[in-house]
Amino acid sequence: MAFLEVQGLKKVFAGAGGRADTAVFEDINFGIERGEFVCIIGHSGCGKTTILNVLAGLETPTDGVVIMDQREISGPSLDRGVVFQGHALMPWLSVLKNVAFAVKSRWPEWSREKIDEHAKQYIAMVGLAGAEHKKPSELSGGMKQRVGIARAFAIQPKMLLLDEPFGALDALTRGTIQDELLRIVQATHQTVFMITHDVDEAILLADKILLMSNGPRALIAEVVENTMPRDRTRNTIFNDPQYYRIRNHLVDFLVNRSKLYQSGEARAGHDPKHPPVLRPGLDAAEAPAAHAAPAALPPMSQKATALVVNLR
Amino acid sequence: MTSRDTLRAGLLSIVFALVTLAVWHVATVQPEHAAAPDDEYAKLMGKGTKKSDGFPTPSQLGEAAKQHLANPFYDNGPNDKGIGIQLAHSLARVAGGFTLAILVAIPLGFLIGMSPLLSRALNPFIQVLKPISPLAWMPLALYTIKDSSVSGIFVIFICSLWPALINTAYGVAAVRRDWLNVAKTLEVAPLRRAFQVILPAAAPTILTGMRISIGIAWLVIVAAEMLVGGTGIGYFVWNEWNNLNLTNVIFAILVIGVMGMILDFIFGRLQKLVTYVE
Repeated sequence: MAFLEVQGLKKVFAGAGGRADTAVFEDINFGIERGEFVCIIGHSGCGKTTILNVLAGLETPTDGVVIMDQREISGPSLDRGVVFQGHALMPWLSVLKNVAFAVKSRWPEWSREKIDEHAKQYIAMVGLAGAEHKKPSELSGGMKQRVGIARAFAIQPKMLLLDEPFGALDALTRGTIQDELLRIVQATHQTVFMITHDVDEAILLADKILLMSNGPRALIAEVVENTMPRDRTRNTIFNDPQYYRIRNHLVDFLVNRSKLYQSGEARAGHDPKHPPVLRPGLDAAEAPAAHAAPAALPPMSQKATALVVNLR
Repeated sequence: MTSRDTLRAGLLSIVFALVTLAVWHVATVQPEHAAAPDDEYAKLMGKGTKKSDGFPTPSQLGEAAKQHLANPFYDNGPNDKGIGIQLAHSLARVAGGFTLAILVAIPLGFLIGMSPLLSRALNPFIQVLKPISPLAWMPLALYTIKDSSVSGIFVIFICSLWPALINTAYGVAAVRRDWLNVAKTLEVAPLRRAFQVILPAAAPTILTGMRISIGIAWLVIVAAEMLVGGTGIGYFVWNEWNNLNLTNVIFAILVIGVMGMILDFIFGRLQKLVTYVE
């Protein structure tokens, strides 16, 4: 059993104005191993954030369970640190106090000195040493998000949940913070679940990428394993031919195939309990050129051979 | 605004004040009595020679102000107390009623703001009670409390309650979900969440409500004291009207205005203290 198990997750939102209730997603099953970095990719409206909120304990699913460390998740917990999309820093507190607030929640018995020292250590980890006494309004968007990351790491959660943490940042800042996050995660062996829209970000950071089909009734269409070496960095990633294969596969999914799962053949042939696990990076037989061609065919018939590695 | 602009605005204010005083002076000054009756006759008729039967002039007001401010705390019995003592009585009533109102409004506002159910259930009562002139409560207050001074405090309580209550409820209800979610994921206990997340987040709105409340309280205390009598700046105004001493009435009006300005300034400062930039 994986460290975190998601089983049969379903969320139904009540239809407004007499319309029928709609399931945003249904029968979502996946597992996350300890120390694994998992990204989830999908178009808007497929319920990624809802899944993350369920994992965080902020929302209750209509159906299904989430089990972490052999215990069912029921409500928020300090075991799961969350980095919110809009950083969610408290503007009346300084950087240090924002992080210290979280630290005090985790270890209420600690002395003030110990709390501040611990908080400072994590502020330094995200490269903000010297900015401890600034208010969030005095920081740039990237710096605010770093504080959010420091706050989540400072409570030393068993698992980190990131809801599109870099979505609002410019490309340069995003790159720098991605590098930092990668460095910290590699050093701490943190288990991470992250939502992203950015294919490159997913390839750089994730060990495993969950591809979600379009909503409503979204499901996990494929699980892509990142077979690139774990010591990859943003600067060297482009030298690896695997990068292009994985990237083409992901882009192809988002552009062409994510909408095919609404009904018909693709859905019928799909087993949501065991979504196919693919390793497009290792696929030497299919050269990058073949991937570049738009894949209008249903996914299973095109890629069924050799690629499917069922872990169960 | 640059310091240069501030200076200009200040100069302009002084010009406006001088123009007002000049117009007032021209409009109210009376020609000297051509044939002044002899002093002894004047003493027989009134106290002094400076008796005027018209609207007071600026210089008369200045004279009165000097007298009042030279000795603001004298007490020569129920109908002759210094302006400082009267002001202190009014301020004490306002402070009492306002403090009680805040002690009720903030906890109740918290509950209403956090519970949509309670908010809906109490809304009709608030909507009906809010537009009632606080003075309309006076007979009920006098009948039940049987003490005019305490009734004044009650009236201040009633009129300070609504803006503080409504703003607190609104501020609490409008706290950003993100911050509450942060508190939830950190398993923050309810009391700590109330005091360290919701209170600071809603503080600017709460202070806005308190600032409106203190302004209304200061408006109402004058009218309330005119009704109940005894002490206070409102009673002073009414008493001087009965004495037909318009100079003192005008002086009292100015004092009321300046005091109101000071109260507003204090709450403006407090508001600035708790305001945060997002």
